[in-house]
Amino acid sequence: MNIYGIRAIYHFEMARTFRTLWESIAAPVLTTSLYFIVFGKAIGSRMGDIDSVSYGAFIIPGLVMLNLLNESISNASFGIYMPRWAGTIYELLSAPVSWVEVLIGYVGAAATKSVILGLLILGTARIFVPYEIAHPLWMISFLLLTAVTFSLFGFIIGLWADNFQKLQVVPMLIVTPLTFLGGAFYSINMLPPLWQKITLFNPVVYLISGFRWSFYGIADVHIAMSIGMTFGFLIICLTFVWWVFKTGYKIRN
Amino acid sequence: MTADNPALIIYVRGVNKTYAGGFQALKNINLDIKRGEIFALLGPNGAGKTTLISIICGIVNATSGTIVADGHDTVRDYRAARATIGLVPQELHTDSFESVWATIKFSRGLFGKAPNAAYLEKVLRNLSLWDKRDVKIMALSGGMKRRVLIAKALAHEPTILFLDEPSAGVDVELRHDMWRMVRELRAQGTTIILTTHYIEEAEDMADRIGVITKGELIVVEDKNVLMRKLGKKQLTLTLRQPMTSIPAGLSAWSLELTDDGHALVYSFDTQEDETGIAELLHTLSDHSIEFKDLRSSESSLEDIFVSLVHQPKEALE
Repeated sequence: MNIYGIRAIYHFEMARTFRTLWESIAAPVLTTSLYFIVFGKAIGSRMGDIDSVSYGAFIIPGLVMLNLLNESISNASFGIYMPRWAGTIYELLSAPVSWVEVLIGYVGAAATKSVILGLLILGTARIFVPYEIAHPLWMISFLLLTAVTFSLFGFIIGLWADNFQKLQVVPMLIVTPLTFLGGAFYSINMLPPLWQKITLFNPVVYLISGFRWSFYGIADVHIAMSIGMTFGFLIICLTFVWWVFKTGYKIRN
Repeated sequence: MTADNPALIIYVRGVNKTYAGGFQALKNINLDIKRGEIFALLGPNGAGKTTLISIICGIVNATSGTIVADGHDTVRDYRAARATIGLVPQELHTDSFESVWATIKFSRGLFGKAPNAAYLEKVLRNLSLWDKRDVKIMALSGGMKRRVLIAKALAHEPTILFLDEPSAGVDVELRHDMWRMVRELRAQGTTIILTTHYIEEAEDMADRIGVITKGELIVVEDKNVLMRKLGKKQLTLTLRQPMTSIPAGLSAWSLELTDDGHALVYSFDTQEDETGIAELLHTLSDHSIEFKDLRSSESSLEDIFVSLVHQPKEALE
């Protein structure tokens, strides 16, 4: 194992984050605060509880997930796309590092950053809405698992994209809509029966449901299903990255 | 020679590269690089130099073939192979927002070496970069960026150094500094493989020369042998009286009339025992052809290179 190599990549990526700390942290925290003020306080105060959880508290797990998914994808995709774009990837490709080590470095750094951000948003939420976490260990586990899985997904996007627009397309056109429709702001039980079935094809439903369960013990789908789906997605992403490195797709040809 | 011969540091056998579009960039390349030599790889643009270097360094996958670097197969035992190689790429690819120090520290770590500030300081001082260590790379000139790339390539103490067009766009002073450093590295035992467009540099620096064109390695030869074998000499005689044609009595020599009939040029092979100069001068005297000046010149590596890449392959065999 090239520990020094992993450390070099991880530090390089974290240094990039700290260079742009203000933009990295301030924007998502501010946006989420606005959500809490508008939906949690202003509109939420006129809405009834969902499964005996106040509306303001109900949307917290969904909002954290929304940020976690977007940040994980954008951190990791940008992290590997930049050296491809700038040409500095020659060094990574000529270095004695395996694809597992490259992943640990890049995905580890992207996931670290999004977990820190997720915790910051949770802290910010506490200012606006009182909430409690029923299963803190599960909450942290979901946070970590989702951050790693979606950083891996972002890494794949960063390998696939050949321009900056493509980097934005997947988060904007797929992930954000899936999150909004994945029960971030409502329980899927509130949907008409047909839509309740259709929405089960949205993978984000399982992430938000599981994460919300770790807070309030309430879930739209069974917790085992949430864990299974998250792991399933992680395995799909890992298999794809393994194939990319094995065949050299888009990077070594 | 075999791959486990200790005198060899790079062993390339049967390397082919066909890109996805069907373009065959390399055709059955076989090449041995000797430990401790300076090897210059020459070839026109698009000949396959960078592709070959990229395959040896692991940046591009070969379609077929075997490469062994310092005793390690570059695919099966890629970690050990790559740890021995440093690469200075042709393009100035740098992390603009990083400082010089951070970027070379990154390179050393990436190649699996424990931190060693004293060594990195030495590398930076040798390249006159020490004063710039805290400067962001984006603030450096093109020449300075080139130095940073060299420092990055040397950060992990490689035994093989690839320099792909290192003097492109570099001023005279840096070029001299760089060649001084290359000689020092060689003196310390580093093997250096370089590509360059400045053929006089290859002539000056290299021990051996390889010429690649259209994906084929057409010549690999000791520089002095190559110059002797393929070099031509010319004797130019400036005439007192201009001529309109070469007299029939001089047909035994391959002569050319130039400069509006004011000069006779005789080309001869440096490898021949008898150059024919003495007889030519006697015959000129017999024909009462007088000359006021004579000078001889030798073809440069550049002339040899141009003739090599322009002649059909069969002519070389």
